[in-house]
Amino acid sequence: MPSSTPALKLIDVKKSFGKTEIIRGVQLEIPKGERHAIIGPNGAGKSTLFNLISGRFGLSSGSIQLNGVEISGKKPFEINRMGLARSFQINNLFVNLNVFENLRCAVLWSEGYKYSFWHRLDALKDARERAEEVMERIGLARRRDTKAGLLTYAEQRALEIGLTIAGDAQVILLDEPTAGMSRSESDHAVNLIREVSKDKSLVMVEHDMNVVFGLADKISVLVYGQVIASDTPQRIRENPKVQEAYLGAHTHA
Amino acid sequence: MPNNMLKFKPLNVGRWFIWGMTALLFLGTPLIFNQGFSITLLSQMGTTIIFALSFNMLLGQTGMLSFGHAVYSGLGAFFTMHALNAISAGKLWFPVTFLPLVGGLAGAFFGILFGYVTTKKSGTPFAMITLGIGEMVFASSLMFPGFFGGEGGITGNRVVGEPFLGISYGPAIQVYYLIAVWCFFCIVAMYAFTHTPLGRMANAVRDNPERVEFIGYNTQRVRWYVLIVSSFFAGIAGGLSALNFEIVSAENVSAIRSGGVLLATFIGGALFFFGPIIGAIVFVFFSVALSEFTRAWQLYLGIFFVLMVLYAPGGLSSLILMNLRVLSFSKFKRLLDPYLGVFIGAILLSLGIIMVIEMTYHLTLDASNGTVRKIFGFSFDTAGSTAWIIATSLLTGGLLVFEPMRRRFMQVWNTIQEEIEVEQTKKLVV
Repeated sequence: MPSSTPALKLIDVKKSFGKTEIIRGVQLEIPKGERHAIIGPNGAGKSTLFNLISGRFGLSSGSIQLNGVEISGKKPFEINRMGLARSFQINNLFVNLNVFENLRCAVLWSEGYKYSFWHRLDALKDARERAEEVMERIGLARRRDTKAGLLTYAEQRALEIGLTIAGDAQVILLDEPTAGMSRSESDHAVNLIREVSKDKSLVMVEHDMNVVFGLADKISVLVYGQVIASDTPQRIRENPKVQEAYLGAHTHA
Repeated sequence: MPNNMLKFKPLNVGRWFIWGMTALLFLGTPLIFNQGFSITLLSQMGTTIIFALSFNMLLGQTGMLSFGHAVYSGLGAFFTMHALNAISAGKLWFPVTFLPLVGGLAGAFFGILFGYVTTKKSGTPFAMITLGIGEMVFASSLMFPGFFGGEGGITGNRVVGEPFLGISYGPAIQVYYLIAVWCFFCIVAMYAFTHTPLGRMANAVRDNPERVEFIGYNTQRVRWYVLIVSSFFAGIAGGLSALNFEIVSAENVSAIRSGGVLLATFIGGALFFFGPIIGAIVFVFFSVALSEFTRAWQLYLGIFFVLMVLYAPGGLSSLILMNLRVLSFSKFKRLLDPYLGVFIGAILLSLGIIMVIEMTYHLTLDASNGTVRKIFGFSFDTAGSTAWIIATSLLTGGLLVFEPMRRRFMQVWNTIQEEIEVEQTKKLVV
């Protein structure tokens, strides 16, 4: 039954760099429409896991399925075309293009223009409207003509999310979307993420516990390349294994 | 929404004005510079403009540094020449006016072929592969004399058949207008390309190839397709130069040509669309006009290039735009005085450098013609000490004036730039 097919399914995913095993057999299942947070101490392999899912790195073994279709071994752009988009922990924008052009680039493929050199960009109403809609949603409309490289850090973070959602992917991976933000900025970001992930599946790596518990339907805890618990926020909070491995260090500090 | 309404300009007056002026410039320039030599110069500028703009599709717009772009213009030139000879021999019917299209298609064909290999990589590996392909094609041009004509190259006669409306392409001025028309439409087409999905994704690949892969695009494909379009225009440039010179040789595909277009593009500036146009004009001036006066023209071009890379990495176009920015903030008046100082220093210094270079060249390469070298209408005896004393005093005097003037200029310049930055941020906040 299609409705029971998870948006994303990881089966015994392993990744080694040389002799070092970073991801040591991760199992994960994210149903459609779920907001899922992955937490864990530094060096647990959270970003590596994202790089594996999005096709940036190849797996050492295991399998990853997007809507029931195997995606391991595929290139990032192929996975993106199948409906998965990701953001980056470190801003990864087109720095010499302005905000609007950044977003328009991110919608071109999904609007079907591919490598066209016979369309005039400014005549593409659908691409423009979609880019403008995303620009409104991430609150950068008044920065439309500013080069991405000249935005403030928080604005760049917002644009990072904008580039990720612009192509209307159904599965969204956000890598520390609020990293380096002030309290009020991250509150703003949480509202933004909640809004843009409506009716979509969201997987998020995040260090800020306020953001995690404010957003996630479910939380997985990754420690040394393994998921030690995957449950609702409430039960994760109460899980002694998690407290010992991860939360404990913070709450007692 | 109000900001949508502001954008809506069905008749973009500014754009029509600029294109109209460009067309007028093409039409009018040969009326002012009407000697035979100027016409040749202008024709070469036209073909080089197309070539440099096509090169900048790679360098400035996609961030691909190619050391072998002459492969596409050169092969385009060879195919055009063979087509021309086939027309002369009556084996083919095709109007000469559209022959550059043959060059363009040949360029694009080899763009598909070689580009598939070169664009597999980006950055330095790409540059290295293009160098290799360039050497390979150059070597083949000597290996297959049947097609490439060996050392002497192949020649042709562009005057074929009956003149059409008085156009025979015999007189140089007719060839100039042929080149001018092609050049104009190529500029328009290449400008239009920058406003297409592929053209914009090329910019995205230049800025951040990694992210491009995560918004659905295959960067390799983007690079390849841009290279094909670029080779098409390079081939047109080659075809036009074949018609212009009526000879094509191995030199047309050589690393010297590839390096030349890189120099031209860089001098003009790769950051702006019109940069290579300026670069091509300056480059042709150096290589054609200056070479008439001095054997040291390559040395001057080299010095000029090094100075540009060191002090104006954005090229002449960015220098122009930066000064226009100062002008638009009404601060240019303060620069006039420092500019004058730098100018005087630079003139003295250049005179000294030119004298030393010319006299040295004369002593080493031209000694059989006596010891007297004419520079700017004055005769100098390179064997006597007077000329050298004048040269060295100009050199040291120039340096003594130039250096403090340069410092003073930079001080004023930097202050003005800072003021502009502040004023701009204020505008944003308001």
